[in-house]
Amino acid sequence: MGFLKNFGNSSHTLLKLPSGSFTVDREGSVLVGTLPSTFPTALMTEIGREVLDAFRGAESAQLPLSELIMNYPSLRITARDLRGGAIVFLSPRGPYALPN
Amino acid sequence: MEVSHKVLLLDDDPDLLDMYKDILSQLPSRPEIFTATSGARAMAMLEADTFRLLICDLRMPKMDGLQVLSIVRRKYPQLRTVVLTSVVDEQFRSRVYALGVDLFWHKPGTEQEIKMFLECIESLLGRVEGGFRGVQSKSLVDIIQLECLSQSSALLRITNGGLTGRIWIQNGELIDAEAGELAGEAAFQKILSWRAGMFETLPAEPNRPRKISKPYSTLLLESAQALDESRITDDGASSPSSVPMTELAHVEGLEFVLTMKSDATGKSEARGLENPERMEAWARQNLERFRALGERLQAGPIEEITGLGPQRHVAIARQNDMEFCVGWRHSMTLQQVNDMMKKVLALWAS
Repeated sequence: MGFLKNFGNSSHTLLKLPSGSFTVDREGSVLVGTLPSTFPTALMTEIGREVLDAFRGAESAQLPLSELIMNYPSLRITARDLRGGAIVFLSPRGPYALPN
Repeated sequence: MEVSHKVLLLDDDPDLLDMYKDILSQLPSRPEIFTATSGARAMAMLEADTFRLLICDLRMPKMDGLQVLSIVRRKYPQLRTVVLTSVVDEQFRSRVYALGVDLFWHKPGTEQEIKMFLECIESLLGRVEGGFRGVQSKSLVDIIQLECLSQSSALLRITNGGLTGRIWIQNGELIDAEAGELAGEAAFQKILSWRAGMFETLPAEPNRPRKISKPYSTLLLESAQALDESRITDDGASSPSSVPMTELAHVEGLEFVLTMKSDATGKSEARGLENPERMEAWARQNLERFRALGERLQAGPIEEITGLGPQRHVAIARQNDMEFCVGWRHSMTLQQVNDMMKKVLALWAS
């Protein structure tokens, strides 16, 4: 039955959660980063934008924040305020998470 | 008459689907097998019918398995899910389990592997949900009854989020219980009100002084009655929601608490906040924003958002149909905020 192993080796790639960091300016543009090049820039920009909006929303709600931590079952996003911009750290987590 | 379960197989390879359909049809429970060759088709089938189990490949065009599973886990939490893939990267195994998938299987290659795979699927189809982890499908009442009926001596340690309880059993009799500051019968009733959790059996402590004198059967009956009464209150329109709020307000380090219903009613209640509307809007917006981001990243459902600030910290989390936004003293560390937040959620759940 070993022939079954040959099935399903399709070339479609899955999005790997990266480990690393990047910085965004106050407009949300990505300045520098250590994430692998395989990680889509659009996603990096999206994360940066959401984080900046969350910081700004907190300030409007009279709750100024310097750090935000978003915990997902398989990823932790840590964002630190950088005078209107932010530095964002991504670290995969979970019961079997391996550093990459 | 026993109704056979419906199983949905999702893989972009039709030949493989046919093969697994044949293999799964041999299961003793004779499930009805349906197939789909794309994530979109599978979603449509799940919408149209009630399935017991989804078996899903990971690598697929357009909508991959992780995308399908993140939606499925949110929309159909009762649906059992299995990943069957040729992907060997451990990160994906980790992410699949983090999404709450029941089993991760590499595509079986030998007859022995197929046999084991079928046994797992059969067991999954027959599994009844709920209960305490450690003894599947058993309620805490079942566990205590088993210990008492078998005249055992043991110490049961029960964990429910940040709450811990202990029940001492000596020669089949309940002799003491402890839950936070409560002891004896009150602690026992408190522990039995926890709807889920984990337990472990520790060695008996024969020298423990007896604080509970009632027979275990009487105590279990009384606890069951108390639980029934509280459920009736929960279902009633006039449920005293301020009671748990008052309890939460006493948690150490807590500065404010805001509870929000995530259902259509959208009801909210706040303690310690001068301007709850603005905080509520921010909290709800963030939960939604980071939920959607988690789906895009295929990182699973958002568990908690923590903000650290110079004036106070804040943590936002969701539990069932309730959302919580809790303010914490700024002198607390991130770890302390996380631990206390778990306690708040456990207190609310119990």
